[in-house]
Amino acid sequence: MKKELLKFLLFAVLVLAAPYALSGGYIMNVLVFVGINTMLAVALNLLLGYAGQISLGHAGFFGLGAYLSGILTTTAGWNPWLVMPLAAALVGIMAFMIGFPILKLKGHYLAMATLGLGIIIYIVFNETIDYTGGPSGLSGIPSLSAGSITFDSDVKNYYLIWSFTLVVCLLAINLANSRIGRALRAIHDSEVAARVLGVNARLLKVQIFALSAMISALAGSLYAHTMTFISPASFGFNFSVELLTMVVIGGLGSIYGSFLGAALLTLLPEFLRSAQDYDIIIYGGLLMVMVMFMPGGLARGVPDLVRKLVKAMGGNRHA
Amino acid sequence: MLEVSGITQIFGGVTALENVSFSVVKGDITGVIGPNGAGKTTLFNIITGIYTQTEGKVTLEGRDVSGLPPEKLAPLGMVRTFQNIELFGGMTVLENVMVGMHTKSSSGLLSCSLKMPWAMKEESRIREGALRWLEFTGITDLVDVVAGNLPFGKGRLLEIARAMAVEPRIILMDEPAAGLNSQETLVLARLIRSIRDLGITVVLVEHDMELVMDICDRIVVLNLGRKLAEGTPREIQDNHEVIAAYLGDE
Repeated sequence: MKKELLKFLLFAVLVLAAPYALSGGYIMNVLVFVGINTMLAVALNLLLGYAGQISLGHAGFFGLGAYLSGILTTTAGWNPWLVMPLAAALVGIMAFMIGFPILKLKGHYLAMATLGLGIIIYIVFNETIDYTGGPSGLSGIPSLSAGSITFDSDVKNYYLIWSFTLVVCLLAINLANSRIGRALRAIHDSEVAARVLGVNARLLKVQIFALSAMISALAGSLYAHTMTFISPASFGFNFSVELLTMVVIGGLGSIYGSFLGAALLTLLPEFLRSAQDYDIIIYGGLLMVMVMFMPGGLARGVPDLVRKLVKAMGGNRHA
Repeated sequence: MLEVSGITQIFGGVTALENVSFSVVKGDITGVIGPNGAGKTTLFNIITGIYTQTEGKVTLEGRDVSGLPPEKLAPLGMVRTFQNIELFGGMTVLENVMVGMHTKSSSGLLSCSLKMPWAMKEESRIREGALRWLEFTGITDLVDVVAGNLPFGKGRLLEIARAMAVEPRIILMDEPAAGLNSQETLVLARLIRSIRDLGITVVLVEHDMELVMDICDRIVVLNLGRKLAEGTPREIQDNHEVIAAYLGDE
């Protein structure tokens, strides 16, 4: 318990201190994306890593949050802080209702159903041009402001996004270490045994699906306000796969793993700029290598690797 | 305690069970035996809500529970174990048993993620309760072991500890002695008796005749989907039809 809290505090201090160590608007901007992607990866990890239920449609929930915030704060002129929880709640309710029929499916069938859901949402963004602006996107979304501070610079956005991300991480860690987290992992390992012990697997899966969608929608709202411009391309199938990659590479069932996965896959393209469209091939290759050699993801693989290296170096010194 | 009446189960065109009826007396250890393919596991799956029977009724303490899913039966005091132990392999022994306390706790998504004081209090109650059941089954030394790494015999004990954490009034065990050596079977027999001594009704499907004859108060014999006989171990041992079903007719 204490150890868990200490780990989190260390993480929070590192995150909050990062802007002092790093400088330049460009890197801050990239780290804002790391924050948003961490939030999304944590959301998907609760569903996939803990409850063992796949979703290939999470980019859709992310997009719904972004578009609801975008449209309601521009066209309708509502207060962004008010729209944010409203959007999350609406997406949560939607996911809850869709979750009941589709979470009855397992494995590949669930993957197909969520894939379909993501694609439908993507098509809606593209086709409802009157509201979303269609493929050319929606611009002029206001930045968030609190009192006299307007979140319009990279450093301010960094702190804005990461405050939310840290809170999401902390709540997710708490949840994972509770009776609910155990029940989710139990469903993952043996659904029938979990049910025999009185875990209402069906309801719990739907609840966690809705919670995961809500966090994704929140990330979407924050994304819309920090970017001030959104277009459907950011919320397509590719991004759903990218999120899945972050979770698997980071480590299923590890919240910090989700951060590592999100950080790696957000920073990597910056280094792979020269590879252009081939970056998707590198993602795929990376995923395969990781699954083969680090099945526990970075969260377990890296400490193991360090331990092995230390051991090997220690051995050499003696030799 | 448990009343099974007129259970018929048809899979496709195959009749797995035909009009099976029997009742389990509160506080007894009841054994269900029969040659392979007699329909014992199917019967268990129906009683515990994993299958829904084609016909017939299951009554638990006077209440019709036919067709109720397993997660609704646990709060009513019925729990089971599986022939090929179904552990939560990625979780520790302690965590496995803690899941057993699920129906005895109620903190939801929100109070768990916010670590509300009552949720924390409940959490320590869950931990204490789980430790108590580990002690009861004699595997306290394994608390932090990941369940997937347990030897089979210990896994069996863990599954029973986890089921006991539900604080059931009736526990159904599907072949608890399968895969155990003779030493482990002795430990199991002692454990089943101490469960009965807590006032909990036990029903078991078992192939180990020595164990069944030793610990059961009553025995139900199934053969080819029908009830062949019912009685005390002594009566069953002397029943010619039962002997014929097991050894073949002369």
